[in-house]
Amino acid sequence: MSLVLRETALAFRRAPLPSLLSITTIAFSLFVFGLFGLVAVNIHDVIGDVAERVEVVAYIERGTPIETTTTAMGDIQAFPEVESVSYVTASEALARARRELPEFQSVFQDLEANPLPASFEVRLKPEFRDAAHAAAVADRLRAFRFVDDVRYGGDWVAKLDHLRNIAAAVGAVVGAAFALVAIMIIGTTIRMAVLHRKDEIVIMRLVGATDGFVRRPFLLEGLIKGLLGGILALGLSYGAWALVNGYLLRAAFFTGPEAALGVVAGGLLGLAGSLVSIGRHLRSV
Amino acid sequence: MIKFLNVTKEYAKGAALSAVSFHVPKGEFCFITGHSGAGKTTAMKLIYMAERPSAGEVRVSGFSSTRIGGRDIPRLRRRLGIVFQDFRLLPDRTAEENVAFALEVTGARRSTVGPRVMRVLAQVGLTGKAHQYPRELSGGEQQRVAIARALVNDPTVLLADEPTGNLDDRATRGIFQLLRDINAAGTAVIMATHDLDIVKSVNAHLVELQHGAVAYDSAEDAGLQSEEGGLGAEDGRPAAADGEFGESAAP
Repeated sequence: MSLVLRETALAFRRAPLPSLLSITTIAFSLFVFGLFGLVAVNIHDVIGDVAERVEVVAYIERGTPIETTTTAMGDIQAFPEVESVSYVTASEALARARRELPEFQSVFQDLEANPLPASFEVRLKPEFRDAAHAAAVADRLRAFRFVDDVRYGGDWVAKLDHLRNIAAAVGAVVGAAFALVAIMIIGTTIRMAVLHRKDEIVIMRLVGATDGFVRRPFLLEGLIKGLLGGILALGLSYGAWALVNGYLLRAAFFTGPEAALGVVAGGLLGLAGSLVSIGRHLRSV
Repeated sequence: MIKFLNVTKEYAKGAALSAVSFHVPKGEFCFITGHSGAGKTTAMKLIYMAERPSAGEVRVSGFSSTRIGGRDIPRLRRRLGIVFQDFRLLPDRTAEENVAFALEVTGARRSTVGPRVMRVLAQVGLTGKAHQYPRELSGGEQQRVAIARALVNDPTVLLADEPTGNLDDRATRGIFQLLRDINAAGTAVIMATHDLDIVKSVNAHLVELQHGAVAYDSAEDAGLQSEEGGLGAEDGRPAAADGEFGESAAP
């Protein structure tokens, strides 16, 4: 193992400029992918924020006994799609309307009786915040006899679904394209590094080094280059994010695990690139 | 020890060797001669199994080209030392490091590397140049480093493919003498060359290739002449001659 480390260190020491160049190339191709990742993460966050407002409201008939509503609340809470249920009394509804709709201030002022019904506000779990599940929950709520009407903004939830599908499709296609470009660039970079040391591989083979022995220093070199490139790309992405966040708009950055995943992916790409190009040279002698 | 049995090697552009048979016993000095393109280098590649025959069989130190697996090739090559016309030294390592490299890649223990490297450098007469880089050495000295690298694993056979092709007369004589000394110490040497002066200067086994076929084999000649004497022909050899390496079966 010590020889592998020594050979790898020697490779960097003997060719510092080409090594730096390949690390930078890897870094920039991962950086482009990282920028796309940031856009994707932020779009995902925005859609998530909007989706949080997906809510099913069941209006309750006037005069429904409190025991009935309390029992029903327990039942609704037990629906698999439901995250939480809250009971909004008629007077709470009126207070909220006064607060949130100031342009109708005069209308509410002159009321003698509260025209607003009490309601259940049902929040769905994140994975069920789409049109189909909202409709299913609405149907089940309608089945309660004391429920007068159910609203869940079917139209805009459907639009949200559509937006989500478009974002996912575009994300997958563009992401795959960027990833492919990054893989090709990294593969070429590593291949050039291996080509640079073709003579060494030939000599190692001729003096009786096993394939595994020949491979190891190159694999380690590819892994290290990929990891360093990944770390550099992460730094560049952070810089770009800080600029945008500071001067243009508030945006989210990668979470810790996402950032770590990016760096590890860089390392694995370097490793895979080395594996492929070494294999080619091993077959030639 | 090394046997070519009806070996044919075809490339896309035509046959490099056709139905070649010869035998190099243990400890022998053997020349393979012929013009450029006669098939010398192909024959060498078949011995260190960088190439496999299209037909026929090559046997080297108990390994057979028909049975050897990819994993056995490094084991075969550790029994061979290989020297080329263009030296093939790593330019960014010193003479000592170039020789040590051949030992290290075989997984030799580090404590044994230094002494063994110095021993073979002394053997080729380069003790004082151990720390010099190839570019600081003459052609003859670079070839000596390459020979030291080939010797460091104590090979049973040294393959030299036009080892003097890039050298002047003086260096050529020096390298050839070194190869003879190595042979005298018990290592078989197979030298591919088109330098007839060298070939004529000694009485050694000679295999001449022409257009990929054996045009002359001095061993067969001697065998025919001494048929009555018995021991000249390869079939008349005592069975123990190749016994050490188990000629018949690859491990």
